[in-house]
Amino acid sequence: MDLEEQGAIQRLVESGQRDRMVVVLGTPTAGSTRMVALTLTQGDPSYAGPLAGVPLGLPVYHILEDEVKAAIAAEVYEEEIGPLEFVLDKPGIMEALRQTRAGSGV
Amino acid sequence: MTTDPFPPAETYTVTGTGPAAGRGPARVVIRGVRFILAHVPGLVAAGSKPRRELPAGGAALRAELRSRLRSFALAVAYPPHQVMIGSLAPEALREIARPWHRHPIAGARPRGPGGAIVDQMTFYAWLARADAANLVRFTEDFAARLADATGAGPIPAASAQQIARTLEDRGEPLFHEDERPVGAVAAGHEQDEALSATVLLENLAAKATGALALRRLLDEVDDPDPVEYLLGCGEEAVGDRYQRGGGNLAKAIGELAGVRTAGGADVKAFCAAPLHGLLMAGALVASGRYRRVVVVAGGSLAKLGMKFRGHLAAGYPVLEDVLAGVAIDVGRDDGHSPILRLDAAAVHRVGDGTAPHQMARVLTVEPLRALGLRLSDIDRYAVELHNPDITEPAGSGNVPAANYQVIAALAAQAGEIARSEMPAFAEAHGMPGYSPTQGHIASAIPYLPHAVAGLTDGALRRVQLVAKGSLFLGRMTAMGDGISMLMERNTLRTAERGGPDGGAQG
Repeated sequence: MDLEEQGAIQRLVESGQRDRMVVVLGTPTAGSTRMVALTLTQGDPSYAGPLAGVPLGLPVYHILEDEVKAAIAAEVYEEEIGPLEFVLDKPGIMEALRQTRAGSGV
Repeated sequence: MTTDPFPPAETYTVTGTGPAAGRGPARVVIRGVRFILAHVPGLVAAGSKPRRELPAGGAALRAELRSRLRSFALAVAYPPHQVMIGSLAPEALREIARPWHRHPIAGARPRGPGGAIVDQMTFYAWLARADAANLVRFTEDFAARLADATGAGPIPAASAQQIARTLEDRGEPLFHEDERPVGAVAAGHEQDEALSATVLLENLAAKATGALALRRLLDEVDDPDPVEYLLGCGEEAVGDRYQRGGGNLAKAIGELAGVRTAGGADVKAFCAAPLHGLLMAGALVASGRYRRVVVVAGGSLAKLGMKFRGHLAAGYPVLEDVLAGVAIDVGRDDGHSPILRLDAAAVHRVGDGTAPHQMARVLTVEPLRALGLRLSDIDRYAVELHNPDITEPAGSGNVPAANYQVIAALAAQAGEIARSEMPAFAEAHGMPGYSPTQGHIASAIPYLPHAVAGLTDGALRRVQLVAKGSLFLGRMTAMGDGISMLMERNTLRTAERGGPDGGAQG
């Protein structure tokens, strides 16, 4: 997650309505899912960006999670995600989310 | 008595609902293709990434880079290079353990049915020939060696002091076997950054490699028609400060290759440009305006050594040490060369989605459906064929494998195959990547030598070329780009429909 994106998210959170925000990731791998999920919950693990040491604690979900899919109209999900569901490493991504959530208590 | 310079185009009939339904234009074929790989280890340090990182890395990094440069013999014996020049089938790479540089091909030759690998001396001789503005100079000693080794005419030479003065005056050094420059490129203007020596060396390298490929095509592909138009599709930006990227390197390449019968122009579309060029070349031939159009491109000097850090870290040689040029011969139907199906060309439109599966659907599923074809009716998909041994050590993944996964997923989504059959589909209809990371060169076209052979003398029936372009890199849009073209066995319609010009398949 680049420094500019971290800054934009930090400003958005600080602008208020933090309680109404959720994050839906579209990260393509387990590694990128872990990195972004950690950054938005516990702070930038690389200590390079504006979110270093800033635990936003945002609720983080992934577009491939069954609960997220169930909340989206089937035809929209088919058009926007469609066969990528078959291509991406869903079990690995789910495991990365589980570990991040266990570590952050979010 | 006068002859009609534009005789009526041959026509053929297609049915169906596509844009070409009804009386269509003349059939167009791809008659041949030639690639040139110019092995230029002495110019790796002039690539964009090494140019930026070597000064910071100091003498140690320079020495490490130098120690990992390959010999010409190893570049020739490198299995992916043998695939590029058509001497080895792409599928044969599956039988060779990776990384492929550890398994050089015994007895490999620099010439193949799809092109040739040339050494640095040959490249420098062509660089000198390409220099129309008298800006390239070699040392007297090296100029004599060049003339001896390549049989080229007189090579422009300068004294060591003149070379040194050129380098002090913003010149660009040319290296051969060690850290002493064997020549220099002078700036084209005192102040104009678009004519700096760095830019001019990039452009001259593209011109020389494009001309090498074109010359080879003209020498080897038997064609009764003269070349009438050249379409350039490289990634260089030729021009001065008032028209950076003004272009028309195609015409300059034609001049250097000895073509006198053609004019031309350039097509710009990042890595997708060669397929846009093929579409336009096909349309020019189909319309009857020209009988023979060649799509041509030279190599990208800026991309030499682009991922050298990853290669050094992995203990690999620096694998991005070749400039690639290509020339593709597009002409009227000759009765046997593969047909370029213009009615099945698909271009990613502004309003189309840009997610990988949305792009793939626009480029593969939709044009095939319009012809009544399924994804599995395509024998081979040629996608971005980047060599994974080059990209993976730098963290860029296996590009063709990712593309084939998406096409297989679309086949599963369409119910053509089960999800469990996706890996088998990707293997059967795809291939390993083998192209040097030369941008536009890697995008689908490296398969052309194999496609032309397979669709004429081999067992292939249909091949789809699928290219993408990263338009967003230029900061003018957030969009990507994509284009696909279908190639078909010339006799397919006759064979499948049981009669000449069966046409029923549209």
